[in-house]
Amino acid sequence: MSDSIAIELRDVVKRFGDVIAVDHVNLQIRDGEFFSLLGPSGCGKTSTLRMIAGFELPTAGSILIHGREMGITPPHLRPVNTVFQSYALFPHMTVAQNVAFGLEMRKKPKDEIARQVKEALELVRLSGLEERRPRQLSGGQQQRVALARALVNHPEVLLLDEPLGALDQKLRKEMQLELKSLQARVGITFVFVTHDQEEALTMSDRIAVMNKGKLLQVGTPTEIYERPNCRFVADFIGETNFIDGVVIGRDGNYTVLETPEGLRFRGLATRPLSDGTAVTYSIRPEKVRLLAPNGELPPNGLAGTVMTVNYIGSDTRITVRINDRRTIDIWEQNTRSTLDRDEYWQPGEAAVIVCPPDNALVLSE
Amino acid sequence: MIKTAPATTASARIRGAFSEGRLTWSGLALTGFSILVYIFLYAPIIILVLFSFTRDEFGVRWTGFTLDWYIRLFNNPRMMGAAWNTLVVATVSTIVSTIIGTLLAMAMERYRFRGRNAMEGLIYLPIVVPEIVMAVALLAFSAIVFDVIKMVTGETLRRNLATVTIGHIAFSISFVVVVVRTSLKNFDRRLEEAAADLGADNWNIFWRITFPLILPGIIGGALLAFTLSLDDFIISLFLSGPGTSLLPVEVYNRVRRAVTPEINAISTLMLILSMALVALSQLLQRRR
Repeated sequence: MSDSIAIELRDVVKRFGDVIAVDHVNLQIRDGEFFSLLGPSGCGKTSTLRMIAGFELPTAGSILIHGREMGITPPHLRPVNTVFQSYALFPHMTVAQNVAFGLEMRKKPKDEIARQVKEALELVRLSGLEERRPRQLSGGQQQRVALARALVNHPEVLLLDEPLGALDQKLRKEMQLELKSLQARVGITFVFVTHDQEEALTMSDRIAVMNKGKLLQVGTPTEIYERPNCRFVADFIGETNFIDGVVIGRDGNYTVLETPEGLRFRGLATRPLSDGTAVTYSIRPEKVRLLAPNGELPPNGLAGTVMTVNYIGSDTRITVRINDRRTIDIWEQNTRSTLDRDEYWQPGEAAVIVCPPDNALVLSE
Repeated sequence: MIKTAPATTASARIRGAFSEGRLTWSGLALTGFSILVYIFLYAPIIILVLFSFTRDEFGVRWTGFTLDWYIRLFNNPRMMGAAWNTLVVATVSTIVSTIIGTLLAMAMERYRFRGRNAMEGLIYLPIVVPEIVMAVALLAFSAIVFDVIKMVTGETLRRNLATVTIGHIAFSISFVVVVVRTSLKNFDRRLEEAAADLGADNWNIFWRITFPLILPGIIGGALLAFTLSLDDFIISLFLSGPGTSLLPVEVYNRVRRAVTPEINAISTLMLILSMALVALSQLLQRRR
């Protein structure tokens, strides 16, 4: 992976009538990167992708591909190719004709087209299906044809618009890994649009989280998960416990907040927050520890009562009530078989939860 | 393993059918009624076809089989001339109305522009306007145009095959638009985006993607236009000039004197051609 920039968005805005689909987005995507645009539907991720492809033009701002200003360059002259959510295979053409289309448009010699089509179909493991029509293929196979049809053109950037959305869960998992290894082999920059946070975490080198047209955070999967910069990102990626309060001071590296009922929590703030700021405390369920009470509360500990205990195989999910308006979710990994542990947590039991401040975040809006 | 069917008598089977509710008196009445409706619809046509082969020269009784009427028909220069005119008018008006209609359908399906709704309503009007009104309007209009041409150039024009052709184009366009728009509605525009994404310019997008995929609709529209032109009577009567009559008009002129089996024969041929065209268009629509 080199450090040169494949795609740059400078202050890009897209309006549809009164609706702002993309709101002043600045973004740099590096060469060779597997980059995901992640967000709920309507967040502007697809509009962003379509502007890079040239199907939509930005209302304001500019898009550069390898340093070249795209301006109003139409889609067919841009050095990118797209894999569509619906695949958009040409129904009147065979698999081979579909894959050859881009090369024919660029007037490559016939024998070279034949060779490259063969290679592309080998790459996606579809050799032997050249003469089939798209409707004779399964969803997964159509998906591969769409990939081959785009990759055969050796685009500078491959754009993928929720390409796995139409596949069933199992095939989806397979294709995620296959797509990732394919990207590593061909070395082309992938820009991948998805609303599935798990998919984005699994596949991406970096992720951009969007909501309501705004770019909220860009980072590696670890950064996005461990250090979300706002409440939306913390909520959208994975699961977390949220507790609202106001900042009352600092304790070393930590910011201290107090809830309306007087509980105090300590965590890391992503930026300096003055006292009195309304904030949200966030701690992931797997980061909270659960202890048996021994008379004395440990640092960062709170007394509570176990409400529910749900065994889900790899984890046990426990809900602990800490006062009459709050509960905390805790996930304990089942590192040993729970069958051997008849003394495991039971509903109604008194317990102590510990929230390590290094794993907790204090987020402002 | 060999299974032996249980032996049942016919009466037992009928009783069984009654008890299972498959065969009821109301069901029988419905069947009988349906048969009557079909007889009402098709008996005249079947008799027409049948009597095109009768030896009886008034074509009203069956007196034995002959192909004489067909042979006479093919040796009748007036009839053959009218048939030729009809084919020429139908072919030219079909080609022109299909091209104009397809372009119009694409414009209306694809673009938002001022007056689009008005245009939408107006394009379908010729389908519902009584044909006689259309014919009178076209006749009056052609007279005005001829007058203007005479004033400007001094040429005196007469109604001829060209005027009929223009009349046929005028009413065919609407039908072509209806049929082509249906197939454009079913056309997935994302395919055009995919083609553009793969480097196709508008020319290639149209000829490589859009056109082949809406072609069944275009052919369907063309066949409809052709069929309508073939059997059009009113507009053809009003707009054709002396000596350039079309087949339906010629048939009418002959019928006014006497219905001969020759008329039955030409009618049968027109029926077969129309049915073949409709069948072809159905086939093409289904293949999509």
